[in-house]
Amino acid sequence: MVTRTVNEPTEQVAPPPGSPVRGLLAFVRNTWRGLVTMRTALMLLFLLAVGAMPGALLPQFPLNPPLAQQYIDDHGWWGQLLNRAQFFDVYGSVWFAAIYVLLFVSLVGCLLPRTVEYFRQATAKPVITPRNLARMPHHTASTVAAEPLAALDAAKRQLRGWRVVERAEPDGARSISAERGYLRETGNLIFHFAMLGLIVAFAIGKMYGYSGQSIVLAEGNQQSQWCNSGVLAYDSFTPGLRVDGTDLAPFCIRVNNFSSTFLSTAQADSFDAGLSYQDDPRNDPNTWQSYDLKVNSPLNIDGDKVYLAGNGYAPVFTVTYPNGQQRTNVIQWKPDDAVTYLSEGATKFDPPGITDPTELHKKQIAVTGLFAPTAVITNGVMTSSFPAPNNPGVAAQIYEGNLGSDSDEQSIFDIDQNMVDNGSLKLVAQANLSLGQQVTLPDGTKVRFDAVQRWVSLMITHDPTADYVLVFAVLLLLGLVTSLVIKRRRIWVRVTPAGDDDPAGRTVIDVGGLARTDQAGYGEEFTRLSARILDAVAGADRSTAGKDA
Amino acid sequence: MPVNETIAHYSSWCYGSATGIYVLAMLFCLAEGAFSRVKQGAGNAAPARQLVGAGGPSTAESTTAPAGPSAVEPAMHIGRTIETRRPLPERLGRMGVALVVLGLALHLTAIVLRGVATDRPPWGNMYEYMSVLCFVALSTWTVLMRKFPIRRATGFVLVPVVILLFLGGTVLYTAAEPVEPALQSYWLAIHVTVVSAASGILLVPGVASVLYLIRTAYDRNANRFARLGPKLPTADTLDRLAYRTTIFGLPLFTFGVICGAIWADSAWGHYWQWDPKETTAFVAWVIYAAYLHSRATAGWRGTRAAIINALGFAVMIFNLFFINLVVTGLHSYAGVG
Repeated sequence: MVTRTVNEPTEQVAPPPGSPVRGLLAFVRNTWRGLVTMRTALMLLFLLAVGAMPGALLPQFPLNPPLAQQYIDDHGWWGQLLNRAQFFDVYGSVWFAAIYVLLFVSLVGCLLPRTVEYFRQATAKPVITPRNLARMPHHTASTVAAEPLAALDAAKRQLRGWRVVERAEPDGARSISAERGYLRETGNLIFHFAMLGLIVAFAIGKMYGYSGQSIVLAEGNQQSQWCNSGVLAYDSFTPGLRVDGTDLAPFCIRVNNFSSTFLSTAQADSFDAGLSYQDDPRNDPNTWQSYDLKVNSPLNIDGDKVYLAGNGYAPVFTVTYPNGQQRTNVIQWKPDDAVTYLSEGATKFDPPGITDPTELHKKQIAVTGLFAPTAVITNGVMTSSFPAPNNPGVAAQIYEGNLGSDSDEQSIFDIDQNMVDNGSLKLVAQANLSLGQQVTLPDGTKVRFDAVQRWVSLMITHDPTADYVLVFAVLLLLGLVTSLVIKRRRIWVRVTPAGDDDPAGRTVIDVGGLARTDQAGYGEEFTRLSARILDAVAGADRSTAGKDA
Repeated sequence: MPVNETIAHYSSWCYGSATGIYVLAMLFCLAEGAFSRVKQGAGNAAPARQLVGAGGPSTAESTTAPAGPSAVEPAMHIGRTIETRRPLPERLGRMGVALVVLGLALHLTAIVLRGVATDRPPWGNMYEYMSVLCFVALSTWTVLMRKFPIRRATGFVLVPVVILLFLGGTVLYTAAEPVEPALQSYWLAIHVTVVSAASGILLVPGVASVLYLIRTAYDRNANRFARLGPKLPTADTLDRLAYRTTIFGLPLFTFGVICGAIWADSAWGHYWQWDPKETTAFVAWVIYAAYLHSRATAGWRGTRAAIINALGFAVMIFNLFFINLVVTGLHSYAGVG
């Protein structure tokens, strides 16, 4: 995959007859040689490009599971087929792995010999001067009065920074062979090794990293404090292959406040969460530090990063039972509308002082429905006109009965529809409530909409190799620029005594040039340099010999 | 952060005027191509054009042999005095180029005013992004005209630019507004500037490669593209133009993607998540890598390399339109719909 300037066709070794071992060896050798050719690398690059594309066009499970599932459900057998072929997890699929592993092997197979060659070249002398310099892509010549040796010395002084070797030639001529631009190959190798390093670091990061999300109420007290104690602390957790969640950095976070501002068009302008956190709650449980968490400035704790990933509203309800007892609950409702924050959820209450399950299951209460930060009621239907809490309202549906809390599949945002269907949970009241308003249930219980709290969704990520990936990426870029900008080029200067037919005993100077790289644009530099050499040679003994370039 | 409506209005006015001037320039340049005559008797059925710059270096860069004195024409140099009266089509073409320069001045004014009006880098949505892309593409072309004999192909680079600007100014137009919190970062200035500039620069080799394909098809068989082919720059010029611009644009694009990854790490939680935009940028990058490799592979130089380069730019445009407008991802900032 390294750019090869010379391409030889792969030598095909025919398996000798009769020997299966040698035949197999030949097959392996041919496969290897085939794999490391530029043509194969090129094909693999195309395959990589084509293979990566479905990941952009089809919904992916790692990014958006519901959307991917929806797509499969909507497309019948076709969706099933694509799913079986791992098209909804392209970057974790076997075939995508096959492409990049082959490319990786091809890259290594190409880099190793290139590297060996590079170090051999590091001390090599520039090549022998070609017989006929006039045949080079760049050539100029002149006849001067200077002695051949003096002329050659004068030319040599112009080649500072070039790797130069001087040779005597059989017919009495002398020549300089000079080459520069070795850094091109250095850049080329750095680019490709950096790419290898980047891929390896990326893979290690994926194996030993994790990310998860958790919703935290912006109350700033002990009840709502969140600690990175284990997988169970998270609402969702995506571990790397080598992460089991037992060895997480044990920090704790409290969200003290949250504020958001919006433009008049309802576009968000800023989100801001005030945090307190502890790096080391076990050994130092009383030290809290504060941090102002915003969308573009995550908090770094112990190699983990904490991001402000989302936010929403949590309406506060107070239930007053007929006997005067009160219970206040608050839980996050989820925004269904990303612009107006019209949210839905279910705030659930157990009656106080009842332990008997049968009695408990008659008196459980759930407040469900819609929450609107800026409520607008048209024909009795509540919608939200703005995302800020200007006029909070709840279109409440209050259920009483058995919430089915014992079953496992409880959603915090919803009530168990089965319980409604089988009659054990009944809709007992419906009302549009503003702050402070309450509704009375048939049994005399009162439900009041007290207040609105904010919650934030924190994303916690851990990637041990992110810094290495950045270093490799920077090296990759530097290598790329070096290898594209620097030209590998040669220049030769030959001095020949003009011979017997020139009575003045002058010297013929030939300058030839060749760029070894593709489209190098060596012409301008050669013209400048050869002119300088010829000037220097002409001035070597202040001769006024004419040029015939 | 209020938007200065007056300045925003002037910005839109400059944008519209610049687009109008580009359209006029395009018509002038295409008219030159349509009405100029191909000189007879030149080798390879086409005049090889050379730079005979006023004071500039001579054509040491060119590896093609001049096809005879009759085919050598003076190069475009802004401000150069016209000694002899040129034929009308050529004068039209030169007026077109002058109009491009005027358009660029207005275009730059539009971009700067948008930034002043919104008090942020003026590339926060698709309209603004495409405006910058087109500005960089045309600026690159104008600069390259001084180094490569490509003036006569100016009309062909104006076609995609005018289409992009027209779409940007109509269906994708977004009123001047502050950007949402995820975009409020100094990385907006760095990442988006670099990526839009790199995309603009890569438009040039994309167009040059398509022209190269037309030109080589004509060179192989003079009946194909018989009217268009001979009026294009030589295949060699187009090939060099494409390569030299790509090796400038690609590292810039790489830098832009790396900046994007750094930003993603602080805004979205990970530097690389295979978001549709990231994936398509990766695909484009791999295709450009394939282009560089193809130029060093026997049998892949020339036509195939040109196809790969054109494909690379096609993916960039696909990334701009399809991914922004159809696919939902983290990069959904187009400000459309």
